[in-house]
Amino acid sequence: MTALAHVPTTSGQSAVPPPAPRRGRRRLLPYLLLLPGAAWLFLFFALPLLQLAAASLYDPSGSLSTGYSLTWAFGNYPDALQAYWPHFVRSFVYSAIALVIALLMGYPLAYGIAQKAGRWKNLLLVCVVAPMFTSFLVRTLAWKTILSDNGWLVGLLRDVHLLGADGRLLATPFAVVLGLTYNFLPFLVLPLYASLERLDPRLLEAASDLYASSWAAFRRVTLPLSMPGLIAGTLLFFIPATGDYINAELLGTPNEYMIGNVIDSAFLVRLDYPQGAALSFLLMAAILAVVFLYLRRAGTEEVL
Amino acid sequence: MRSPHRSLTRRGLLTGTLGSAALLAAGGTLAGCGTKGAQQTEAGCKSDDVSATEKKLAFSNWPQYMDVDEKDESKRPTLDAFIARSGIQVTYTEDVNDNNEFFGKVQNQLAGCQSTGRDIMVLTDWMAARMIRLGWIQKLDKAKIPNVEANLLPSLRNRSFDSDNQLAVPWQSGLAGLAYNAKVTKEIRTVDELLTRPDLKGKVTALSEMRDTMGLLLQSNGHDPANFTAAQFDDALNKLKKAVDSKQIRKFTGNDYAPELAKGDIAACIGWSGDVIQLGFEDEKIKFVVPDSGVMLWSDNMLVPNKATHKANAEELINYYYEPAVAAKLAAFVNYICPVKGAQAEMEKIDPELAANPLIFPDEGILSKSKVFMALDEKQEKEYETKFQQVIGA
Repeated sequence: MTALAHVPTTSGQSAVPPPAPRRGRRRLLPYLLLLPGAAWLFLFFALPLLQLAAASLYDPSGSLSTGYSLTWAFGNYPDALQAYWPHFVRSFVYSAIALVIALLMGYPLAYGIAQKAGRWKNLLLVCVVAPMFTSFLVRTLAWKTILSDNGWLVGLLRDVHLLGADGRLLATPFAVVLGLTYNFLPFLVLPLYASLERLDPRLLEAASDLYASSWAAFRRVTLPLSMPGLIAGTLLFFIPATGDYINAELLGTPNEYMIGNVIDSAFLVRLDYPQGAALSFLLMAAILAVVFLYLRRAGTEEVL
Repeated sequence: MRSPHRSLTRRGLLTGTLGSAALLAAGGTLAGCGTKGAQQTEAGCKSDDVSATEKKLAFSNWPQYMDVDEKDESKRPTLDAFIARSGIQVTYTEDVNDNNEFFGKVQNQLAGCQSTGRDIMVLTDWMAARMIRLGWIQKLDKAKIPNVEANLLPSLRNRSFDSDNQLAVPWQSGLAGLAYNAKVTKEIRTVDELLTRPDLKGKVTALSEMRDTMGLLLQSNGHDPANFTAAQFDDALNKLKKAVDSKQIRKFTGNDYAPELAKGDIAACIGWSGDVIQLGFEDEKIKFVVPDSGVMLWSDNMLVPNKATHKANAEELINYYYEPAVAAKLAAFVNYICPVKGAQAEMEKIDPELAANPLIFPDEGILSKSKVFMALDEKQEKEYETKFQQVIGA
């Protein structure tokens, strides 16, 4: 910010009226520069959020044809939570499991690409990103085919008795967690890669010179240095995964539906706008709470 | 870097922004107190018809719901013939993919009595009923649609949401019944079999469209989906809940059950006749069943929304598609139930096999077993839909 304030303010401004006193303009400049972004944020984030907040407090006995009046019906929140708390729990459990699996796969992957891939680095990065060139829906539908009851994967698993004769993968919690893991993995890998790529290998050499085992070197050098990427990656993974409803819809059954499915149905099918809005806010609050706790524990101010 | 003046810090900025956002929030919320009702009346929302001077028509329909030329997919023979004959320029858009989604798309304009830019839109019975209830649909002039008067199938007349036959004209109709894949299961005859037979456990799907699934269940309990009580609905819903809890039902679907039924992931399901016929063309093991207890008859209806400015042109098109010869050409392509009497005779000339198909031209036996779900008022709709959604998991 301070750097911006040093940009000469008088160049190329011949058309404007005589400059105001230098100090005042300097004070205003950062705000002026912020204006387009702030306006964008206000129009497309703050206003809709406000509308949603208002909707969550509408009188629940209102309807589409008579309209809704704002009666500050805070009761919408406990009511919604009471009706759908299992879906909340399920959303967090599924995305937490998916996050753990994604970390176990993503960290070595990001490390390998960043430190060991040599001239294959760019190609491997493309491989991570390439699936994103096709639509999210198409990729999820593809998993439907792969996990199909009569597909080769289920057939194989049945043959080796990992699955019972009637066992299936599709339409189970397993499929939903797998879908979440798969679909959001790149969001975890890319920031991690960015962090790990800057890791100076000489630090690891120094660690081993100082008699650190490779595990100790990882724990004391690599991991702390990759923390910013790890934190950004886990957040980018966890937040959309918790609110996701496509994976549960396509790969799961009603018993696997997450809170996103409920919100979708409240807005589009049941037309219960106050409840849908209240659930959206509850989800947002729950995610924010988890994120803040996490950042506290991770002890970093850098990402905030 | 040393700052020459009080610099803008991140913390300061965040506090300031949050503060002003909170202020704005309070102000904005108070200012935008609630929403207005969406109800419109014929007198309150008058539409002008400029058809006489403007030979245009905007037509919104579902994908693959209009015949196309086999050689050139950009040509639509029946529609092109209409354009040539009437001189009306039709803008045909396939922008209806889902009733609820489409409702979201036009809801604000129609609630505020504004034009949607569409003169005809095609929506399913229950959505048509909702829009009619909200006063969003224009009455058609019966004198201008004599073919509809003459040729509409009797079972599609005087439906509860359009008792005078002048608000919603069926584009195509279909049945919701049972379907199974004979490669993976033996024949299935009744709804009860679908919901309880042990060999089907976890291989059954039902439709997430409440009217179709619940209609079939109501019938299987011996009740009439065109006229039922809340207690009868609860009975049927309990039956469904048992099948969900016992994991007999794998999931609730829209059209997406079709590929899974073809693959055999789903052995049997509640499905739509049109989809099942299509699958049956490719694989004769996929079969549609009309249960003895009864079957649901639904239609997608042509509606002229408020503020559409080409109502007379729309009526001309509606009338045109109720000519038996035109209806037969369309039915030969889309394979749904053709709502036009006399089209079967015309179909004999195009494709005798299709003309004999009871899922395109249902016989008396099927029609007598078919029911249209009753029109619900807003309160019932919300109540039933909420209960149903709870059972199907959302």
